[in-house]
Amino acid sequence: MSTPVTAETLAATSPAASRVSVRRWRRRLAALAESTPATVGLAIVLAWVVLALLAPLIAPYAPNANDMAALAHTTPSRAHWLGTDHLGRDLLSRILWGARPVLVIAPLAVLGAAALGSLLGLAAGYYRRWIDLVITRACDIVLSFPVIILYMIILAHFGSSAWNIIGVLTLTKAPIIARIVRGMTLDLREREYVAAAKMRGESALYIMLVEILPNARGPLVVDMCLRTGYNVIIIGALGFLGIGLPPPDPDWGGMVKDTYGMMMVWPHMALFPCAAISSLVVGFNLLAVGLRELGLRD
Amino acid sequence: MKRFVVKHLVFLLLTLFAVSFLVFTLNEFSPGAVARKILGAYATQEQVDLLTKQMGLDRPVLVRYVDYLRALASGDLGYSTRFKLPVREVIFKHLANTALLAAVAFACIVPLSTVLGVVAGMREASRLDRAILMFSTVVASIPEFALGVFLASVFVVWLGWLPGTATLVAGGGWSVAAQLVLPVAVIVLFDSGYVVSMIRASMVEVMQRPYIRTAVLKGLPFRAVVLRHALRNAMLTPVTIIMLQINYLIAGVVVVETVFAYPGFGRMILEAALFKDIALIEAGALVAVFLAVVTNILGDLAYMLLDPRIRA
Amino acid sequence: MTDRPLLDVRDLRVAYTTRAGEATVIPGVSFQLRAGEALGLVGESGCGKSTVALSIVRYLGRAGRIVGGRVRFEGRELTALDDAGLRAIRGRRIAMVYQDPMASLNPVMTVGRQLMEAPMTHEGVSASAARARALAMLAEVKLADPEAVMARFPHQLSGGQQQRIVIAMALITGPALLIMDEPTTGLDVTVEAAVLDLVRELRSRHRSAILFISHNLGSVVRVCDRVAVMYRGEVVEEGPVRRIFGEPRHPYTRGLLDCLPTLGSDKRQAPLVPIAGQVESALTRAPGCSFAARCAHVEVGRCTTRPIPSVAVHDAPDHHVACVRAGELPRWTRRRGADAAHEAGGPGEPMVTVRHLTKIYEPRRRRFRGPRGPVRAVSDVNFAAARGRTLAIVGESGCGKSTIAKVLSGLEVATAGTVMLDGVEVGTLAVDARAAALKRKLQMVFQNPDSTLNPSHTVGYAIGRALRRLQRRASTDPMAGVARLLEVVKLPPAIAARKPRHLSGGEKQRAAIARALAGDPEVIVADEPVSALDVSVQAAIVNLLTEIQAARGATLVFISHDLAVVRYLADAVAVMYLGTIAELGPVERVFAPPYHPYTEALLSAVPVPDPDHAVARILLEGRVPRADEIPRGCPFATRCPRRIGAVCDDTPPPVQQDGDHRIACHIPRDELARLQTALVEPRAIGR
Repeated sequence: MSTPVTAETLAATSPAASRVSVRRWRRRLAALAESTPATVGLAIVLAWVVLALLAPLIAPYAPNANDMAALAHTTPSRAHWLGTDHLGRDLLSRILWGARPVLVIAPLAVLGAAALGSLLGLAAGYYRRWIDLVITRACDIVLSFPVIILYMIILAHFGSSAWNIIGVLTLTKAPIIARIVRGMTLDLREREYVAAAKMRGESALYIMLVEILPNARGPLVVDMCLRTGYNVIIIGALGFLGIGLPPPDPDWGGMVKDTYGMMMVWPHMALFPCAAISSLVVGFNLLAVGLRELGLRD
Repeated sequence: MKRFVVKHLVFLLLTLFAVSFLVFTLNEFSPGAVARKILGAYATQEQVDLLTKQMGLDRPVLVRYVDYLRALASGDLGYSTRFKLPVREVIFKHLANTALLAAVAFACIVPLSTVLGVVAGMREASRLDRAILMFSTVVASIPEFALGVFLASVFVVWLGWLPGTATLVAGGGWSVAAQLVLPVAVIVLFDSGYVVSMIRASMVEVMQRPYIRTAVLKGLPFRAVVLRHALRNAMLTPVTIIMLQINYLIAGVVVVETVFAYPGFGRMILEAALFKDIALIEAGALVAVFLAVVTNILGDLAYMLLDPRIRA
Repeated sequence: MTDRPLLDVRDLRVAYTTRAGEATVIPGVSFQLRAGEALGLVGESGCGKSTVALSIVRYLGRAGRIVGGRVRFEGRELTALDDAGLRAIRGRRIAMVYQDPMASLNPVMTVGRQLMEAPMTHEGVSASAARARALAMLAEVKLADPEAVMARFPHQLSGGQQQRIVIAMALITGPALLIMDEPTTGLDVTVEAAVLDLVRELRSRHRSAILFISHNLGSVVRVCDRVAVMYRGEVVEEGPVRRIFGEPRHPYTRGLLDCLPTLGSDKRQAPLVPIAGQVESALTRAPGCSFAARCAHVEVGRCTTRPIPSVAVHDAPDHHVACVRAGELPRWTRRRGADAAHEAGGPGEPMVTVRHLTKIYEPRRRRFRGPRGPVRAVSDVNFAAARGRTLAIVGESGCGKSTIAKVLSGLEVATAGTVMLDGVEVGTLAVDARAAALKRKLQMVFQNPDSTLNPSHTVGYAIGRALRRLQRRASTDPMAGVARLLEVVKLPPAIAARKPRHLSGGEKQRAAIARALAGDPEVIVADEPVSALDVSVQAAIVNLLTEIQAARGATLVFISHDLAVVRYLADAVAVMYLGTIAELGPVERVFAPPYHPYTEALLSAVPVPDPDHAVARILLEGRVPRADEIPRGCPFATRCPRRIGAVCDDTPPPVQQDGDHRIACHIPRDELARLQTALVEPRAIGR
């Protein structure tokens, strides 16, 4: 009954905490800044977003333009800051342009997975009984399938386009989110405010979406950052295996696939796209780590 | 206990049926495509139809599926059009290769991640913890092919200490062991990043528990607190995750296998998929799912054995 | 006994680093403890008593630090010890017992191993010798079959057993100082009484000094020689138990004692007087007395400018008070009772009638643990709640009172029997099957203030939504409705914009009450609404509930385990045990003989903050039957100290009715009346 005087309870009753802030976003950003990993991660991600948005304006060359003359010197030079690939295309431009599909597909897939997974998880956790059984078993089946195999089979059969990739990513990530949301729903549905909602006659849909879901936000957001990072890896891997976005449009994974065989001679052609993709994922993962820390601190 | 085993065996069988049926239908959706594939793009439609009928591919899907199951039961997995060998041979050879890689990697990952995760989690926010956390986060963020490229650029291109491919062919002057070093290193680094963060998180949570406070205030030395009280509790959830890594190691390392040209299971399936080698795809999917469900069961079992609250 | 105190705490200062800055949680605490003495440290949540305990053993976590003062133990300065020195003392010279015994024991290690660790580490004894000592200790704490217990895991034992094991673990090395931090909070009343008696016995046998920390003033009286009262990190009063509880000098101590309901009086006789205001944050400390903002006797200037020293009361050198006005205040007297005429009032027409209510839970396929058979939570229960009156249902954990609340409110459905709500049968109607009018008629107030409001919604939204759903007609101005309800529960209107995490426990509970009132209900079911609140806040909420009930003529069904609160606020009481009603009747008759033997045991077990209250304690032996194996005959037969023979085991007891009072017992009423003595004085206990 007597709560120990901890840092948390003190902060909660402090005058600073109870002042109603004017700009919630400014307060959130300030809170975010307290965690170094979160700040660094967010900075990296934002940097890439900006670069991707501005790619058409700032890329020095068209991404698919072959500069035959440069084939003599493919290594970084003043004309081509990062050098060119084996077909004479400017690496810097291709990397900038390559950020665009990745930054569209990965978040879209995560949002889709989050929406689908949340609905499934809520239903499974709230209704229990047979709905829970069916949904959980279906999720287990999808999850037990090694992801890459699934991709290969589906994409090799249906062909790969941006929408196919988004679809496959959504379907395979939704069960993970469903499991998380289900766990939280099982816990939250026993809370007294849910009982109070039932007692005033709220519908099941209202209870799930308005009473329960907002309180599952924390771990969900952290997981979504992690998923986005992982999706970037998957997209890169698919490109690397040759079943990603169709050429010749620049796709980081595909760029590595075409050039890593020449590493003994021209390592830079594979190294730079690898560095690009790694840095973006590091950004998302650091953000996730930071958010988790902040969440725990609250 | 018995109920547990029976329930999971039933689930295993159901899953196998469901998945194999799905894969089967997916692949054999258009019967003409199979015959077309065999005859090539220049064959006439009549020839395609004839072959289709000859192969019995125009029968209903369900019938063909039952035939397939019957063949499976007798051990006939079909014929691989890609490798021009019976599927059985192809699968087991590739599986064995991957098993070798997986075993070595697993033997490295488990102790490494456990030690790092425990050491990081036992003193949260210490310098060691921050270092391990950052390291594991960064390493888990680099895609496998990028890790392969980075490591290769250092050890193959620059230093020349290790071979760039691991075809398992002893020729070329590199022993099998040397060939395995880089692929194993990539797998271990990438996967450990993830496992370390899971173990660390579990450890951090356990160290906050009241029974750890009891142990400390009993005057036990820190090492005893960590090893005797915290460790077993902290490993409860990670054990399941570690079991699931076996899954990843067998079927999910296709990217690493491609980078180093390793003749593994994942790569086999990739080629089968690209080449539309139906029989191989179906068999490969079955094996993959079988493994996945078995490792799931093992994970659950391990959790049950470790936690006395679950045991009757 | 040497002159030097065993524990000498002098000007201890502790600070916590938080996001909002550094908070001095303990500005300065001083007290001493002699060898073999028992000192109680009491105060409400947030007063820092646990922090003091943890500071002594230096386990403050990352955010807390000792920033000043001395803690001398056995002549050594604890604040200067290094790790090795601390380890030598912890578990060996100073041992600790904690609040939540289940969480304090390692779930994956057997009890035996956990017990054997301390002697093996500190004294280097062999495993077999340690085992022998563990077995001996288990016998000392009165655990049956010590051999079997050694091999068990903590989750296989009951709460009372777990706490005995924690105590055994602490005493096994024979420490000089035993720190007990809320050791009986969360235990049932009868279990608590047994544990407290055990502590007394062990103390005299082992001669350990005890630092007993609790918010329950009654339990302190049982165990301690001296008491120190803490408020906001300071000791405001300290002295022998008799003096503190008989002649309190500090306004806070008096306030605390005034807002405690006693077993002898009720709301009509002597209203509870809550302490005004609420505890301020530790981040901002005004100069002067820390209680000044809430004190009824404050004098600006004297009390608010300089630090207040602790001085001895003039005729009692061992009684210290930190109040400049202590000598000027009138003498404190305990609330008197039975002077005002008891408002008779007839039985009243029944609003809620329950007949033969039975609720059986089928066990869900919980893998490998939990009850194996069906659980009879409630068996054939009959009672009625009169319109405009308060019916209290009281009992310990597992008695079925919460289940009754759930059936009344529709969150569960009755397995058998009828529940009539104002003439409408609702027992088989789940809440979503009830008509809107019925939903409006009965609303519920819940126990835990931290989970009664949705943390993502503002208070205004929560109340407004309830208004929208429950009101008869759509109102034109929802905000006005919310403001009106906030006024009824005495909350400032600005609170509507806040989220629950910025509110205190009492404020949250008031908001929850406002939400329950949204539909203007005629029946309010309150399931332990004040159990999780501090004593001073409890009094305010209890007053609020009685006020609301009187103003609206509502029927209040009040569920609780706290007999004193029930005595204060109820008109009729039902005492439950293992799903059946043992005794039911008007409150004065239930609290006077003849008692059901269980009621008798309960009343004798309640810790009362009055050192003059001497009652022969009836300790219950025997095992509480498991939820799925309730005995055939009287459910209390396995533990009843008045069990008369096999008839108690085989035949369900007859219900003996005398007017509006009934007892379910095989022993005839007159026999009981002859055997039992009154456990509660109807008049005031005091000067």
